[in-house]
Amino acid sequence: MVTSVLTALIALASLALVLSLILGLVARAFAVSIDAKVAEIEGALPGAYCGGCGLPGCSELARRIAEGRASVDSCPGGGDEVAKKIAAIMGARFTGGSVRKVALVLCGGSEQAAAKRFHYNGIKDCTSATILFGGDKACQYDCMGLGTCAGVCPVDAIRMLPNGLPEIDPMKCTACNKCVLACPKNIIKLVPINRRVHVLCCSHDKAARVRAICKVGCIACVKCVKAAPEGAITMENNLAIVDYGAELPDAVAAVCPMDTIVVRDLEAGGTRQEELETVAGGGR
Amino acid sequence: MARWKIFGGVHPEYHKELAERRPIEVMPLPGRLIVHFAQNLGTAPKPIVEKGNTVKRGQVIGEPQGFISVPIHAPTSGTVQAIDVFPHPVGADMPAAVIIPDGKDEWAHGLDVERDASAFDAEKIIAAVRDAGLVGMGGAAFPTHVKLSSPREKPIDLLIVNGAECEPYLTADHRLMLEKPREIVEGASYLAKALGVSNVIIAIERNKRDAAESIRTEIIKRRGYSVEMLQITYPQGAERQLIFSLTGRRVPTGGLPMDVGVLVQNVATSFAAHEAIRFNRPLIERVVCVSGRGVRTPKNLLVRIGTTFGDVIAFCGGELDSGKVIGGGPMMGVAQYSLNAPVTKGTSGIVLLRQDEVAQFVGDACIRCGRCVRACPMQLNPSLLSVLVERLHFDDAERHHVLDCIECGCCAYLCPSRRPMVHHFRRAKAEIRSTQAKAI
Repeated sequence: MVTSVLTALIALASLALVLSLILGLVARAFAVSIDAKVAEIEGALPGAYCGGCGLPGCSELARRIAEGRASVDSCPGGGDEVAKKIAAIMGARFTGGSVRKVALVLCGGSEQAAAKRFHYNGIKDCTSATILFGGDKACQYDCMGLGTCAGVCPVDAIRMLPNGLPEIDPMKCTACNKCVLACPKNIIKLVPINRRVHVLCCSHDKAARVRAICKVGCIACVKCVKAAPEGAITMENNLAIVDYGAELPDAVAAVCPMDTIVVRDLEAGGTRQEELETVAGGGR
Repeated sequence: MARWKIFGGVHPEYHKELAERRPIEVMPLPGRLIVHFAQNLGTAPKPIVEKGNTVKRGQVIGEPQGFISVPIHAPTSGTVQAIDVFPHPVGADMPAAVIIPDGKDEWAHGLDVERDASAFDAEKIIAAVRDAGLVGMGGAAFPTHVKLSSPREKPIDLLIVNGAECEPYLTADHRLMLEKPREIVEGASYLAKALGVSNVIIAIERNKRDAAESIRTEIIKRRGYSVEMLQITYPQGAERQLIFSLTGRRVPTGGLPMDVGVLVQNVATSFAAHEAIRFNRPLIERVVCVSGRGVRTPKNLLVRIGTTFGDVIAFCGGELDSGKVIGGGPMMGVAQYSLNAPVTKGTSGIVLLRQDEVAQFVGDACIRCGRCVRACPMQLNPSLLSVLVERLHFDDAERHHVLDCIECGCCAYLCPSRRPMVHHFRRAKAEIRSTQAKAI
């Protein structure tokens, strides 16, 4: 009786010993070294998995930051707050300086301003419309006005105005980049929120063609380039491009003969008073 | 007789009677030609002429860029008036050369001379086909020399010359087979030689018995050549469906006909190959069928590449209460917004529908009736796919093989809810391809 209990005890005990030995060895052989920083950085990130950084999610971004393959301010949604926290974790110094960015539609080709080539009555989606002859607008760089950007915005910051253009609310925009990627015409850009002067045109067409098809398109007259401080506006392939790194006085907008250049106070909400009036008068 | 019946398909009204008895007419040179550089699938050739240059008929005006690209030639002698952006019959506005003919129609040096082509080896034939700017003339405009240069590990044992012409209205290939059977068969023999195959099938739908007879008289003395009659079903002439009904072989998903040892060429391409190899004439003209009730006199015309749709229609007596002008056939063709769009190498027809034949629809919700499922020749589930695309589930659509869609339009043709099925699928394909491109 006693011996059988003893046998069982010894057998089980030795089995436990052997198995725990194997387990211990395996754990050591296949150990995964986890960088403690990754978990810490992931904790600091917003965790919304918005995809704004262009990576599959916050954990992937955390890994890249820990490995030094991404900068501490790579999270567009998190802004300075998050960047500072991550900088502290990484032992790096973050001097701030990165101004919050917001998305802006660089096109003024509303229903009234831009000519159409034909009547499109297909699927209400910009990408679908682009498949047919590049879209119904005469300008190949023109906003299609079918609201694909508004559909992908995760924070509901984009609404379609009655004039056919999308309006992005800078207060709501988290610069997640989704609309920028969704736009088949590539006319939505992220701009620093403290910049006030914008060229609302993406057309590289020559002046004669722009004049023929759009009332507010850039005709590459170079007036703004001359009026602006050296290098703040450059002419690239028939289009004025604003260097958002440089200071630009509001007065530059006034020299534009096509009203392509506008002043927008994005920090205060963005929409110009006159535009609100046109919208109100435009059949709401 | 074709042994296998294709799955699905539809039977639209064919209306071939409008133009099938009208012999091919040579259209006189128009006042100006708009020659697009992008006329082939793959990379568009680079313009090598400038405004003010004089060109000769057949002179190269666009040089190929890369392997999947062919040169573009001046369709006649004259002056280059401008290089500008013009409407394209199947895509966004693209750069084209405007050529004002001088009326002399002079060939460039060395072209339009008869050659002893029997001595040509495969390499020489492929080079001649490429230099002549040959592309698939059934509509897709894929460069012919690329198809002919199949890799060694994928041997080809059968050449199918596609004379099915299953699109309603179109009769261009029909007339060509009736009037130029010798040239078509000879052209096919060169293509067969380039591929090293001895079996050639000329496939014709059963509604073109006269064309089959005319081809048969030409192949009597040729071993390995045969004429096969096909069921009258749309899309019988689609590459995969054609191969299946003639051989029972199924082209694998994502694969090419060469994966099952077959190559398909259109009869018009075969004719163009004859012109290129035997007479050193580049591809600068093609037969275009102008048909439909919206045009005064339907015609089959031999038209220079670059002639605008407007000029072609004017030569056919003008429009007659037309509501829609379609480049290509009514099933797969594209409705045009501008008659300034010119004839390209892939334009097999111009169909004009009357106003009472044209309806504008707004698509409705899918009622799951399953008609599209029964009709899809690729045996996909269009109803499910369209719903997935509507909800932006492109990855699910990919899993359900939306990339295999041949855009034949059978599903949209039958849909009682008038859903824009093909448009949905084209969007899904565009989205999936752009995601794939980003992943690389």
